[in-house]
Amino acid sequence: MAHTSSREGSGETTRRDFLELVSWSTLAVGTAVGLWPFVDSLNPSKEVLALASTEVDLEPIEPGQRVTVMWRGKPVFVAHRTPEEIEAARATPLDELRDPEPDEKRAPRPEWLVVIGICTHLGCVPVGQRSGEPRGDWGGWFCPCHGSHYDTAGRIRKGPAPLNLHLPPYTFVTDTLVRIG
Amino acid sequence: MQREFVEAPVRGVLKWIDRRLPVITWAYNELVVYPAPKNLNYWWNFGSLAGIMLTIQIVTGIVLVMHYTPHVDMAFDSVEGYIMRDVNWGWLIRYLHANGASMFFALVYIHIFRGMYYGSYKEPRELLWILGVLILVVMMATAFMGYVLPWGNMSYWAATVITNLFSAIPLVGETIVTWLWGGFTVDNPTLQRFFSLHYLLPFVIFALVFLHILALHQVGSNNPLGIDLTKKDKIPFHPYYTIKDMFGLGVFLLVYGYFVFFAPTAFIEPVNFEPANPLQTPPHIVPEWYFLPFYAILRAITFDILFIPAKLGGVIAMFASIFVLFLLPWLDTSPVRSARFRPIYRQFFWILVLDVLVLGYIGGQPPEGWYVTVGQIATAYYFLHFLVILPLLGKLERPLPLPSGLDEPVLGTAGTRAAK
Repeated sequence: MAHTSSREGSGETTRRDFLELVSWSTLAVGTAVGLWPFVDSLNPSKEVLALASTEVDLEPIEPGQRVTVMWRGKPVFVAHRTPEEIEAARATPLDELRDPEPDEKRAPRPEWLVVIGICTHLGCVPVGQRSGEPRGDWGGWFCPCHGSHYDTAGRIRKGPAPLNLHLPPYTFVTDTLVRIG
Repeated sequence: MQREFVEAPVRGVLKWIDRRLPVITWAYNELVVYPAPKNLNYWWNFGSLAGIMLTIQIVTGIVLVMHYTPHVDMAFDSVEGYIMRDVNWGWLIRYLHANGASMFFALVYIHIFRGMYYGSYKEPRELLWILGVLILVVMMATAFMGYVLPWGNMSYWAATVITNLFSAIPLVGETIVTWLWGGFTVDNPTLQRFFSLHYLLPFVIFALVFLHILALHQVGSNNPLGIDLTKKDKIPFHPYYTIKDMFGLGVFLLVYGYFVFFAPTAFIEPVNFEPANPLQTPPHIVPEWYFLPFYAILRAITFDILFIPAKLGGVIAMFASIFVLFLLPWLDTSPVRSARFRPIYRQFFWILVLDVLVLGYIGGQPPEGWYVTVGQIATAYYFLHFLVILPLLGKLERPLPLPSGLDEPVLGTAGTRAAK
């Protein structure tokens, strides 16, 4: 190449080394900048990002009943928990949990549990919303895809899922109206 | 080793073209004069059959695209309603394509096990083998995305479960999955990009097949004895193997035709005749049969391994079960290729076949009770075969004496290579 052999042998940094470094760096940065629009075009579009919030009327939900609502295309489980279910969730020692989280944190109003109904393993929708469906060994939800069991606080107890059912952002507008999102 | 090329025997206009663009000479050398071992058995039909199957998939696929609508509101109806009922011959083309995917995998799996039995991956065919495994990987991606396109409920949940595999990657997993989906769930952006890639990847496979054949013809075909053959033990590809491949094709088309015409939905889950429903996971979610062994390996890891959570462990095991094949030429330490001369390997080969069948069965069962245990044992054995048994066997096994050429076993002469 254009290197002079004497300088290369001496290990001295030359102007040419500098020019090569600058040229290659410019090419690398330029390529990355040029590729980015194509990569980023696969990310959620503005239309998808325009968040919808969902309001749920809690009035008609009886104790022990669970309803499913859609939020951002995902199912959200709203459970009106019975005193037994609350007791079962609160009495569980944290060291028995794979993803330790106290029930008080997951359900600030103990009778209402609001979780995203997507198994944290591979994204199936666990069953247990309707009466008669299997609810797993802890009376919460059971994922039929790969056998994950969740308790009455939506916490993972058994099976391949690593984490508890996620909590969506939500606020109580009134005592009987909750806004998700 | 340099191949000798013969000039194609053409005259006139063809000659004029061939001098400037040697495609005729190239095709003549690859498809007519290519010297193939004269002792190839019927297991050597499956490579060309797979190539023909790829062509059928591309042709039927191109026509299907002309009638299909890649949109969540219309995809299901455009397949089950429009193509299956209204498009002239749409039912035939669609069933050829859907069952063609199953046939393609069946052919390729037999082709792969053929290569394993006769040691076709060994020196000097390592790159040939690696290209083959690459073809398998791209085929899997293509088949998976194709399965999503009809937008039935199993399509939808297959897409959800498989894309969620990437959420197991530490730190960036969720970001990657959102990027793959183009949203927060599998939805219209996902369907449209899968459609785009499902059209692209078959041509990538085609290019890889081209390289696969180039590598094959550079080093020459292996043969049932696994020994290096001289020129006198080879015959030209045409007419000897073109005619044999045509016969094999006839037999294969009977099987393919049986499924297309008499059992067209044998490989389609009943749930996939319901449109996709993001709120209702099918109670028993299973992939297509050709993914079942890998699915069983994914589900076998139900426990944390040191700092690796079970979910990530399952994903790693599943990908490792395919990527271990890339290393096969170096994991098998025996210099003898064909299992005919490896009495102990031959038994382990059939145990592996059985193990993969067991994994396939377990993959189709619910993840409960003893199925989990059997799946875990079969998974452990799968890796044991490649990572422990093969490396050790090459050192410990005593192979049978190898013949020096093809005439020897026929004539029964005494001298063997091992004895020399």
